[in-house]
Amino acid sequence: MDAADELHELLTALYRDESRRVLATLIRLLGDFDLAEEALHEAFRVAMEQWPRDGVPANPRAWLVSAGRFKAIDGLRRQARFEPLDAQLADSIAARDQPPWDGDSVENDRLRLIFTCCHPALAADAQVALTLREICDLSTEDIARAFLTSPSTVAQRIVRAKAKIRDARIPYEVPGRGELAERLESVLQVIYLVFNEGYFASSGDALTRSHLSSEAIRLGRLLLDLLPEPEVMGLLALMLLHEARRPARTSASGEPVLLDEQDRSLWSAELIAEGDILVLQALRSRRFGAYALQAAIAAVHAEAPNAAATDWAQIVGLYDALLRISPSPVIELNRAVALAMRDGPAAGLALIEALLERGELVDYHLAHAAQADLYRRLGRSGEARAAYRRALHLARQGPDRQFLQRRLDQLADG
Amino acid sequence: MKYLCLVYSNEQLLHDSPDSPRDEECFAYAESVRNSGRMLAAEALQPVETATTVRMRGGKLSITDGPFAETKEQLAGFYLVDARDLNEAIQIAGKIPAARVGSVEVRPVRQLDV
Repeated sequence: MDAADELHELLTALYRDESRRVLATLIRLLGDFDLAEEALHEAFRVAMEQWPRDGVPANPRAWLVSAGRFKAIDGLRRQARFEPLDAQLADSIAARDQPPWDGDSVENDRLRLIFTCCHPALAADAQVALTLREICDLSTEDIARAFLTSPSTVAQRIVRAKAKIRDARIPYEVPGRGELAERLESVLQVIYLVFNEGYFASSGDALTRSHLSSEAIRLGRLLLDLLPEPEVMGLLALMLLHEARRPARTSASGEPVLLDEQDRSLWSAELIAEGDILVLQALRSRRFGAYALQAAIAAVHAEAPNAAATDWAQIVGLYDALLRISPSPVIELNRAVALAMRDGPAAGLALIEALLERGELVDYHLAHAAQADLYRRLGRSGEARAAYRRALHLARQGPDRQFLQRRLDQLADG
Repeated sequence: MKYLCLVYSNEQLLHDSPDSPRDEECFAYAESVRNSGRMLAAEALQPVETATTVRMRGGKLSITDGPFAETKEQLAGFYLVDARDLNEAIQIAGKIPAARVGSVEVRPVRQLDV
């Protein structure tokens, strides 16, 4: 490999590993997303020109930040002939911050970028698009493919979000102690939404989806690195423990395989081990929340060799705790299913019937599917068939429908 | 007696129709009311895309993107505040007592381009 190839490889690696950090710092120094993105690309362009001649600087990241900032100020001064305000902007940027750019402030820039992209004053879909674009460096085309929308829609969401950040003056900062919990919730929500889109959506190709889930896990790791809060541990653990099951959760024909029928030898022991450590750490903090509890439930499933050997009593207990923190009919449904495993199908069925009577879950196909399954286990085939039909009527996604149809056919045969 | 004059308009029409006022004209009129001694405060607002709606329910602050659009509720008052950034404005808005039962739309003021 000659020197030019080697440099090219170094720059490619630098772009991959450092471009988001450099961008995060440039946004702070320049006070504008678009200006910072342009400056980032200018910095890499200048590096490609100068490094072959002058050699690679001792601290490439700081060099790129300096070069980007300088290029942005220079560009604004040049445009000042046409746009007098740009001269003022250039002066204020030049006066604001001075090198060296390292240490705490720069480390915090990535956290500032995360909190800004996930600011609750931005629309939820804009938070997701901005996070994937700015922090994960996914292209608008990739984001569009993952969310089954057009690149122009994604681009528009990002443009609007940046305009709101600028015009409403959303600050580039890590929220203070008083706001941290609420704001962190919004960040965790964005990450979990990205993960779920990659994990549960039945549309889009498998490759795009698994890529999205790994981006969410990467974001979770980055956030944990920057902000080791119990709920960050909880969310990362939850994602890892679910991701561990990915190889077992779809059959060769693409149908979903329920948890109790999955081939557990396919589960990733490595991801489970990492998830377990994080769950324990989060629970020990005694400041855990809904993510850590959901992760703990996933961890109990992960340690059981099969569905029958699962510690259902512990799972019911964890659902009780979860319901106290965040009451929701879907969690009640999950608790009823776990309780049916602990105390028998009749006990679970009574809970599900009461839940459906309250009316909140009547349009939720999984409630009817769970009810059908318990009827089936009690040998009440007629009622099971009727419930499966209701579930089938409500289910939208292809694989879910295939599964329900198969169960119906089995009952008809039996 | 104090009166609040609220300006409603289709944002497109406000700037793009032949009859749309220019910022200079708005500024001049505001100046004339100010000179007459009857002006308390007047500001133009940034477009509705910059709006954020803040509510306080059960002691928990809820922040959503977008304007307040519920037609069942009526404009009940206003605060014009000088805040460092949107976060500070949201904190102030969330503590307005009426935010516990109603909603507070936070809109940045627009500097007239004159």
